[in-house]
Amino acid sequence: MSSAASAPSAAMLPGRGGLGGALSDAFWRNPKLLLFVMLTPPLLWLGIIYLGSLFALLIQSFFSIDEFSGLVVREFTLKTYGELLRPSNLDIIVRTVTMAGLVTIASAIIAFPIAYFAARYAKGRWKAVFYLGVMLPLWSSYLVKVYAWKLILAKEGILSWIFDKLHLTFLIEGWLALPVVGGNSLSVSLTGTFLVFVYVWLPFMILPVQAALERVPGNLLEASADLGASPRQTFVNVLLPLALPGIIAGSIFTFSLTLGDYIIPQIIGTSHRFIGMAVYAHQGTAGNIPLAAAFTVVPVVIMGIYLWLAKRAGAFNAL
Amino acid sequence: MPYAVSFQQVSRHFGTVRAVDAVDLEIEAGEFFAMLGPSGSGKTTCLRLIAGFEQPTSGHIEIFGETAEGVPPYRRNVNTVFQDYALFPHLNVADNVAYGLMIRGAGKAERTREAEAALEMVKLPGYGARKPGQLSGGQRQRVALARALVNKPKVLLLDEPLGALDLKLREQMQEELKVLQKALGITFVFVTHDQGEALSMADRIAVFNEGRIMQTGTPEEIYRRPRTRFVADFVGSSNVLSPQLTERLAGVAEWSSLRPEDIRLGDESGQDATVTGTSFLGSATRVTLDVSGEKINVLLPSGAPVPSQGESVRFSWDKNALHLMGAGA
Repeated sequence: MSSAASAPSAAMLPGRGGLGGALSDAFWRNPKLLLFVMLTPPLLWLGIIYLGSLFALLIQSFFSIDEFSGLVVREFTLKTYGELLRPSNLDIIVRTVTMAGLVTIASAIIAFPIAYFAARYAKGRWKAVFYLGVMLPLWSSYLVKVYAWKLILAKEGILSWIFDKLHLTFLIEGWLALPVVGGNSLSVSLTGTFLVFVYVWLPFMILPVQAALERVPGNLLEASADLGASPRQTFVNVLLPLALPGIIAGSIFTFSLTLGDYIIPQIIGTSHRFIGMAVYAHQGTAGNIPLAAAFTVVPVVIMGIYLWLAKRAGAFNAL
Repeated sequence: MPYAVSFQQVSRHFGTVRAVDAVDLEIEAGEFFAMLGPSGSGKTTCLRLIAGFEQPTSGHIEIFGETAEGVPPYRRNVNTVFQDYALFPHLNVADNVAYGLMIRGAGKAERTREAEAALEMVKLPGYGARKPGQLSGGQRQRVALARALVNKPKVLLLDEPLGALDLKLREQMQEELKVLQKALGITFVFVTHDQGEALSMADRIAVFNEGRIMQTGTPEEIYRRPRTRFVADFVGSSNVLSPQLTERLAGVAEWSSLRPEDIRLGDESGQDATVTGTSFLGSATRVTLDVSGEKINVLLPSGAPVPSQGESVRFSWDKNALHLMGAGA
């Protein structure tokens, strides 16, 4: 009655045989072995190549450059960090951090309603439309987008044209006449830099906020209303605290990406430099690797402080 | 005294689905009212209409004499205990319970005091500092109850609040809810699909089916005198006898219901039947009879002799146990 194809009659089936069968059995008996095999390559990658180079960078920032020969002096000193505090360099840091902060806040404000719609109302096809709409800009080249924006924001660009047709040109002109944020045209102003940063990094805010809102059960909002909370109170007391981990995750992206970017402010904006541009210039033409390294440490430290503050403020309590 | 809740021809349609269909309902102030029905019968939608999460497609709703249509949930002095409790995961138990007070702008001292008193009422004193995630299902249920009751609502809505609890805990909570309701005097409106729960807890029951109320009455009335086949079958799994069989047994061509526990076996003057199956239920044994092609269940008390399958038996009943429901039930 027992042919090969019929149902097995023994209580235990024979081993599958071969290396695959032996490995399956070994991994089943020893789950930690599987974990070890799976994790070793990525951990080596992370540990040696990524963290190792970060550490090398950190060391470089404690070296200094000999002003006459232009050679790196391999002796530990805080002189390079002292240079960071020179007004021209401090100016770069303040400008970059302010920009990153504003870009993050604007991204969060724009992203929230989009993410809320996607998480609570979009179903099926609309969900696909949402993902496509958010991701599509990420698939095209970053440079193409930035140059496209340069044309949009240029003096003869489409934005000026629209404002002209609406007889609102005075609004742009009034804004461009303002100090700091103004300039000859939007494409050579900090306002332009800001707009493009927000456009380029927005998906990185929308997606984590949407993921966080998706995990908020709808009946929590009903429960809040049931207990007397107006929509505004529900937003402040329930929705925002529960979305906060997502907003923080998104802000880590928008904040650090803005801190490190050196292409957008180079193409769109004023001649004033950002941290990324300073790093690029110091490690390239100027050959001042230690100062470039010290500049690079700034975003790392700022992100560390930011996360520490967020944790202290209870941003991760809902996790 | 106005009704705590009154529905006049209330309908709630979702597209072509008539979740609630022309329902009239009156719930007295201070009563423990159960809405009983299978899933999809419209009982939960009725609860959500009272809470304000849904608006009626047509009809009129009053809560203590005041029009409720168009009034958002946060302006209704009605609180809900949700089926899966809906506790705020980012707040500790005390802040969950005091949420309604916080929204109203109560001070820290009042909130702490009231929350602790409410937790004591639901027998969870000293649990304030824990997070909902650290509690068992039964404890979460109590927190949800405290969170609703701390606001001293005019009507408390309970949406299958005991559904997720195991049997022993459920029986204990049934008892406690009843005691609590009597002590507080608040109108409780309780949604359940468990007929035993509705019968044992409620002052009055509305039986729902397909968006309509089939019958409203005291548990005794619903159980003893079901008005339709559906009610007879759903509440207490009564035997529903066809007009043909009823005519043969009682001489009237109407639908009727006969409770399994009201039937006796072995009476020589009774009717003929064949035993088609038996099952042991613990406190009783259920015997299934075939009476000229119709199935009749009999509940025999524990200890009574149990006939075996295929045996021919005679059965009888008290004259007033056979409840007639009319020809069109």
